[in-house]
Amino acid sequence: MAMSKAGHAPLLSSAFRIAASGLAVFIAIVLAIVFVVFRQTDGALTSEMLSSLSTDAALIAREDGVGGQDGVRRAIEMRTSVDPDRLYLLAAADGSKIAGNLDRMPPEIAGRKGGGVFSYSRPSQREGARNSRMADHQAVAVVTTLNDGALLLVGRDIEREKALIRRVRLLAFVVIGALAVAGLVGAYLVSRHVLARVEAVNQTARSIMAGDLGRRIPIEGSGDEIDALAGNLNSMLDRIEQLMSGLREVSDNIAHDLKTPLNRLRNRAEAALREQGSAEDCHVCLERTIEEADELIKTFNALLLIARLEAGALEGQTEEVDLRQVVGDVAELYEPVAEEAGLSLSFESPETMPHRVNRHLIGQSVANLIDNAIKYAVGHAGDRTGDHAARSATRIVVTVRQNGEMVEIAVSDDGPGISAADRARVLKRFVRLEQSRSRPGTGLGLSMVAAVARLHGGDVRLEDNNPGLSVVLRLPRTAGRLNG
Amino acid sequence: MRVLVIEDDKEAAGFLQKSLKESGHSADVAGDGENGLGLAREGGYDVLIVDRMLPLLDGLAIVKTIRAEGDRTPVLILSALGEVDDRVKGLRAGGDDYLTKPYAYSELLARIEALARRSAPDEQVTRYVVGELVLDRLSHRVTRGGENVILQPREFRLLEYLMRHAGQVVTRTMLLENVWDYHFDPQTNVIDVHVSRLRAKIDKGFSTPLLHTIRGAGYMIRDGDV
Repeated sequence: MAMSKAGHAPLLSSAFRIAASGLAVFIAIVLAIVFVVFRQTDGALTSEMLSSLSTDAALIAREDGVGGQDGVRRAIEMRTSVDPDRLYLLAAADGSKIAGNLDRMPPEIAGRKGGGVFSYSRPSQREGARNSRMADHQAVAVVTTLNDGALLLVGRDIEREKALIRRVRLLAFVVIGALAVAGLVGAYLVSRHVLARVEAVNQTARSIMAGDLGRRIPIEGSGDEIDALAGNLNSMLDRIEQLMSGLREVSDNIAHDLKTPLNRLRNRAEAALREQGSAEDCHVCLERTIEEADELIKTFNALLLIARLEAGALEGQTEEVDLRQVVGDVAELYEPVAEEAGLSLSFESPETMPHRVNRHLIGQSVANLIDNAIKYAVGHAGDRTGDHAARSATRIVVTVRQNGEMVEIAVSDDGPGISAADRARVLKRFVRLEQSRSRPGTGLGLSMVAAVARLHGGDVRLEDNNPGLSVVLRLPRTAGRLNG
Repeated sequence: MRVLVIEDDKEAAGFLQKSLKESGHSADVAGDGENGLGLAREGGYDVLIVDRMLPLLDGLAIVKTIRAEGDRTPVLILSALGEVDDRVKGLRAGGDDYLTKPYAYSELLARIEALARRSAPDEQVTRYVVGELVLDRLSHRVTRGGENVILQPREFRLLEYLMRHAGQVVTRTMLLENVWDYHFDPQTNVIDVHVSRLRAKIDKGFSTPLLHTIRGAGYMIRDGDV
């Protein structure tokens, strides 16, 4: 198992990458909007200007009708003296200059109807600039042909507007740039914060991998999704720790319950070998060895089955059966055994109980419960302390009944019962109450029943039968993992 | 009876071969799946004992192959996998019986003898007769020496199974599986109680018992001593 690196750079974290790509998309959209707005504004400005220039050109052209070329020249001079940004050129048909403040007909718009934008040079007006310095300006102009074939250009310098647009554009870029920087810094800080909290989870995970199963992820208390995650992980760790300690307990018990008979087996074989007894002694010894081995195999099989049940390895192997039939068959199987033991065993079920279960597991569970009831029916004097007086059972009743959303299979007796304090304990593996240690059995019967119940989404309850014990295997109508 | 043992554990295979010989049968051993399939195809065996996990070719594949080729030789599958679903898989592949390791040799012997002496299909036999005991499958009547024996339905099925295998050892687990259809081992010996009840009904008051207990193995129904 490769351990993850101790820490990630915030810039490589997914939080940062998500924020950064979001930011990139946002900026791209803003840039597109700015671009479109500028194009539109520029176009509107130019066409507005062209229309006012056309009006002016029409006015001057009227002067041509009244005062001829001189009238035009006067009109031009009058206008140029007012505002140097207004551009005029009266040129002969061949393009040579007659009057105006432009030197020549700009080639960009010479033949264009409706006018357009062109560049020209004019002395720089900036303060401190030398007169000889020329600056490139942009202008808009319309060109009309007068009656005598002369060309009249009416234009306007738009350098100021252009400069304004350039300033606004620069401002836009600065704002977007600042936004990007702020966004990136924010993403960096957020991802660093998230990383710090993820790192806390990682650190806990590493300590746990290193063997400290008791460690838990710190919870900030903000109730956010990372807290929720940490909470869930902690509950998962609690469950794992619980399972692990269960496992440890089981392996201790296996050590005891399997090693003790194994040791007995070995001792017996060793003694037989050493004593050099008769052939008959040897035979008896071997028979007892085989019996011992069979008991070990039973214990081992029961353990294996419980392990498989708890791992859910038998999921999906269910069939629709009549529980009354299944349970009734087992009761019938055990009825003569109970009778031999001096007990009456009766089976009660009001109606058919169609239910989806694993028939074999339910059958075996009911068999275990009845087997226990018969085995522990006889109370031993002096066995019991407290309120449970020593008594022997006389009857065992097996019932299948509907109780709300649950189907209950109950095996009840009127025997010595189990004290309330011991009830939870006997469901655990290998737990055999001290007073029953001497009797045969693996100590796994009831925990197998509990495992079967859990596999079916139900549970096992030990109840007081007043007097005696009632063990109830409860199965939900909508079975759990098996059919889920 | 000729038995083919396909088992890769040499010691287990050797033990089986020796034990079967002592029981009066002859046994060949194949140590891997391919060798086993080859021997099985040569034919001439009364029963095949096939381990489920084998090198080269697994046990279920061997059974599937010979069944596909039309070979009906009875097969007992041996396996360490003992859950109900493993058993179902084994029987679905064409096995006739399934035994979980570790097993008692007496159990294995009883089962392969039952498999090998499988007679005509059960449906065609309407009466079983052992000495003066007669079981009529159609009328569900049992008589001994002409007198009616009243049996519960389950007792009838128990006797029917024992009589179908008259003269053969039938183990407790075989009864539990075939009469009750349970594949688990009850802690107490419930089968013994049922058999002794049945015995009380068919043998009581008669000088020669028919239902015998075979020590360390199971039961046998037959006319005369075991």
